[in-house]
Amino acid sequence: MDPRRVPRTVSDPKVRQVGFFAPPDRTQSGPPAPTSSSPPVSEISPSGNSLSPVMIPPPRNLSSDISRHFPPAPISPLRGGRGAADSSIPVGSYNPSEFISPTATADFSEDAVSPGWSRKGNSAKFASSLPTGGIGMAAVKQNNVPASGLATVSTVRMPKAVTEKGGATGEVQMEQQPGDSKISKEKTTKAERRALQEAQRAAKAAAKSGGSKTQAAASGVNSINANTGKVPKVTPSKKDSSSVAASEKRGGDRQPDKDRKKDVPHPRMQFDDENRVEKAKRRSVVKQTEARSRVELFRHLPQYEHGTRLPDLESRFFQLDPIHPAVYKVGVRYLAGDISGGNARCIAMLQAFQESIRDYSTPPEKSLIRDLTTKINSYVSFLIECRPLSISMGNAIRFLKTRINKLALNLSESEAKASILLDIDRFINEKIILADKVIVKHAVTKIRDGDVLLTYGSSSAVEMILLHAHELGKQFRVVIVDSRPKLEGQMLLRRLVGQGISCTYTHLNAVSYVMHEVTRVLLGASSVLSNGTVYSRVGTASVAMVAHQFRVPVLICCEAYKFHERVQLDSICSNELGDPDAIARVSGRTEINYLEGWTNSENLQLLNLIYDATPSDYVSMIITDYGMIPPTSVPVIVREYQREHLWI
Amino acid sequence: MPDVNSLVNEFLIKLKKRKIEGSKATAKLTAELLRSFISQKRLPHTNQAGALIDAVKAVGEELINANPVELAVGNIVRRVLHIIREEDLSLTTAAVGGLSLSAESDNEDDVDQGDHPALSAAAVAAAARSTLRPPSLQTLLEDMPHSAAVPQTSSSGGDSEGKSKSADKNLMTRKLKHNVIEAVNELIQDISTCHELIAEQAVEHIHQNEVILTLGSSRTVTEFLCAAKEKKRSFRVFVAEGAPRYQGHALAKELAARGLQTTVITDSAVFAMISRVNMVIVGAHAVMANGGVIAPVGLNMVALAAQRHAVPFVVLAGVHKLCPLYPHNPEVLLNELKSPSELLDFGEFSDCLDFGCGSGSPLLHVVNPAFDYVPPNLVSLFITDTGGHNPSYMYRLLTDYYSPDDLVVRRRSTS
Repeated sequence: MDPRRVPRTVSDPKVRQVGFFAPPDRTQSGPPAPTSSSPPVSEISPSGNSLSPVMIPPPRNLSSDISRHFPPAPISPLRGGRGAADSSIPVGSYNPSEFISPTATADFSEDAVSPGWSRKGNSAKFASSLPTGGIGMAAVKQNNVPASGLATVSTVRMPKAVTEKGGATGEVQMEQQPGDSKISKEKTTKAERRALQEAQRAAKAAAKSGGSKTQAAASGVNSINANTGKVPKVTPSKKDSSSVAASEKRGGDRQPDKDRKKDVPHPRMQFDDENRVEKAKRRSVVKQTEARSRVELFRHLPQYEHGTRLPDLESRFFQLDPIHPAVYKVGVRYLAGDISGGNARCIAMLQAFQESIRDYSTPPEKSLIRDLTTKINSYVSFLIECRPLSISMGNAIRFLKTRINKLALNLSESEAKASILLDIDRFINEKIILADKVIVKHAVTKIRDGDVLLTYGSSSAVEMILLHAHELGKQFRVVIVDSRPKLEGQMLLRRLVGQGISCTYTHLNAVSYVMHEVTRVLLGASSVLSNGTVYSRVGTASVAMVAHQFRVPVLICCEAYKFHERVQLDSICSNELGDPDAIARVSGRTEINYLEGWTNSENLQLLNLIYDATPSDYVSMIITDYGMIPPTSVPVIVREYQREHLWI
Repeated sequence: MPDVNSLVNEFLIKLKKRKIEGSKATAKLTAELLRSFISQKRLPHTNQAGALIDAVKAVGEELINANPVELAVGNIVRRVLHIIREEDLSLTTAAVGGLSLSAESDNEDDVDQGDHPALSAAAVAAAARSTLRPPSLQTLLEDMPHSAAVPQTSSSGGDSEGKSKSADKNLMTRKLKHNVIEAVNELIQDISTCHELIAEQAVEHIHQNEVILTLGSSRTVTEFLCAAKEKKRSFRVFVAEGAPRYQGHALAKELAARGLQTTVITDSAVFAMISRVNMVIVGAHAVMANGGVIAPVGLNMVALAAQRHAVPFVVLAGVHKLCPLYPHNPEVLLNELKSPSELLDFGEFSDCLDFGCGSGSPLLHVVNPAFDYVPPNLVSLFITDTGGHNPSYMYRLLTDYYSPDDLVVRRRSTS
């Protein structure tokens, strides 16, 4: 249809705007990235990147996120000089990596786009010329998925001819090729149909928006689908794309505005708003008695009696009809504190959802999509009552709902269920398990012989890093800093000592004493917010602050699915409150019993904060599955990641 | 004599075993011990002050070595030495003045000293003035020659006494001892009432609706907060529990009982909460001459957080906590490592802590320091019983209480 729409897919303004570079850069054939010559395929060898102390440079998957932060100036001259010569290695160009990145992990996923591309128009040529390449890539990925940077693989392997000729678009196709080759027939048809629908919708939207053609794709982030049909028409002409880039820019200015409004996270429940609290209470499944002595400063957060909730919930198992037993079980375990840690909670939740979806059957006269969504919503609100969701869980739920909403209408129930189950599996595998492996790979390169690594509490990612480094035979010592009331560090200590790692254990107050000898601080995070604030186990901020004071680098290990576009400056506006009684008791120290019966004193409150927010200036670098990034790059990842989310 | 020795030994053992908790208790006990030591000490007829100083130094050295980390012991020994020097000086000047006036009186308040045509002239007069007058720029300037002359006058004073009548001698002997003991009594009094003096200043620092954070527990802080409360100020207090001793629990309970809105938080939540806090008020273990603070463990973290959020960090310290020494690597050298049992359950981790197994060094170490060092730049204000002071003023404040000759407490004979 409209030729101008196409390039948008190629380099969506939303993505493009992140960086500093000027549009012309984008449209021309990619400048060879300086690092593109580094290890060709999947082998991640971060040690090889000596570019910058903090960031891992491009060859990583999603290199774009980082490269975007390099101003374009230094690169453009390069392009002029050796563009042709180096074109065999197309990776570094801004264009491809830009939109490759969002799809990076989506590679194996059904790629709605690709079928259309490969079949239509000029692009067919590329597609047909490539099948082997694409399959090869897919194979590679499958083989060493866990370790490899997903995106890098495909890009690096890209045949010369394609990139030179087709410019950016060609690469996109390349990117999606593997997915295509993997995908089952049923999906391609579905995808096609959806693409068509989307396109029509987009066209309507465009017409509405006053005929500015460039807006056509305004239907949102997933507009990629809409474009699929048309891509091939325009792709090959480079000049065209450059001219389009300008128009697209215009469009780009407006479109994000629209989207941004949508993106703003809606405000959370404020528990000092009585009306809403009342409403919520009426709905609630778990009986919640408000705590008798509430901390004034935290009235906006739920403060409930903890002691009574668990037995109450347990006793009402048979009355909770709408809640699937698997979900119920997870909820009870959250409430009891059996499952803690962002990843564990998230995986448990997703698996419970899987379980419930498996047992799900659409009631008559209802559509699966709607009904399942409400079902999930009720589960989620049940889980929230058990324990407030972590941000990572929120992201996972968002993902799940998107997937459900995007199910094709004509799928049979079993197909739909299978597809959702598969999606959840993929999410768990890619976003959590694989991501952790990638993080471990990255972080291990930062551990050297003789290092003294300090960690706080117990983070699963950090533990894996330490164990892996130990397996590699690195000589290092670990300082485990712990704090009340959970004393999770003791568990970690047990496991590390069991593996033969030399450990020093201390409490949080002594952190300035031990910091003298520490060479690196490795911390986990519950979430990383888009202003670079690290939202994590309470006390993390103190550790990071002391480390900062002692000029010790602070590395935060966090999977990218935990990133969130919300911003936060302090630890008070949003947080979670634990059981205050946990503070009154000191385990193993019965002589400390001053606070027994503290509830009787109206002047005395106990505050058990769960999280705190570490300001970004205390963080030297964040290690994610997308590489090692400075905290300032978090919004970039968030942005990329949201798109990718929708694309999966 | 054996009586005193056994007392001293007992105290030494207590110090070595760390049986005495808290700098205030230590200071008080040290002062009392020195008092009884002085009262039982027989002094030679000549150069009494010198002999007494030597004797006290000898004991003091032992006491300090028994627990070098407890700076209060050293502080009190130095204070007592300073008292002896001062008393001796004032006696001498009085004697000199008295001699010139044909032994009119031994009165200490020789205000009219300057009027008399004294024999030893300027040196004695200046010395007398310095003992009686508060320090000022003028005395500082006048003291220039005097500081060199002090030891000399004290000894020469003794000599001159020796030459005078024996009856007077006896009187003088008793007089010196008596005066010293009186002064030490005053010192003990000061120590036990210091927190009252500090608490009196509370209303000047705490306003209505203030939010105050403190960590651990300190008698001085409790009194300070309660004094403000009694003056009808209503404010809220966050108490960080202060691992590994969790004294914050006790403090919170007491404050709540006294009607203050109290919230107990974990130590880890200090950073989270400090942005809503108006002032941090903490006690100290010792205050060094550079204005740095040896404080209960965890306070460095609190001070850093306070600095980050520009929250005033106020340290309450009795005068007996002022140490005239400058710290070097205080985190290590002025620290003490406590038992790991406070952190880990031995039953659970005993296998890891075993030095006997494997390579000889265990995989697991537990660090449990008792103190933190807060550098002077993190401290906003010291409140002592003499008022509020800047960290940078500490070195000057110290000169009121300690004589520069005593900074190193070591017997002359041994050196």
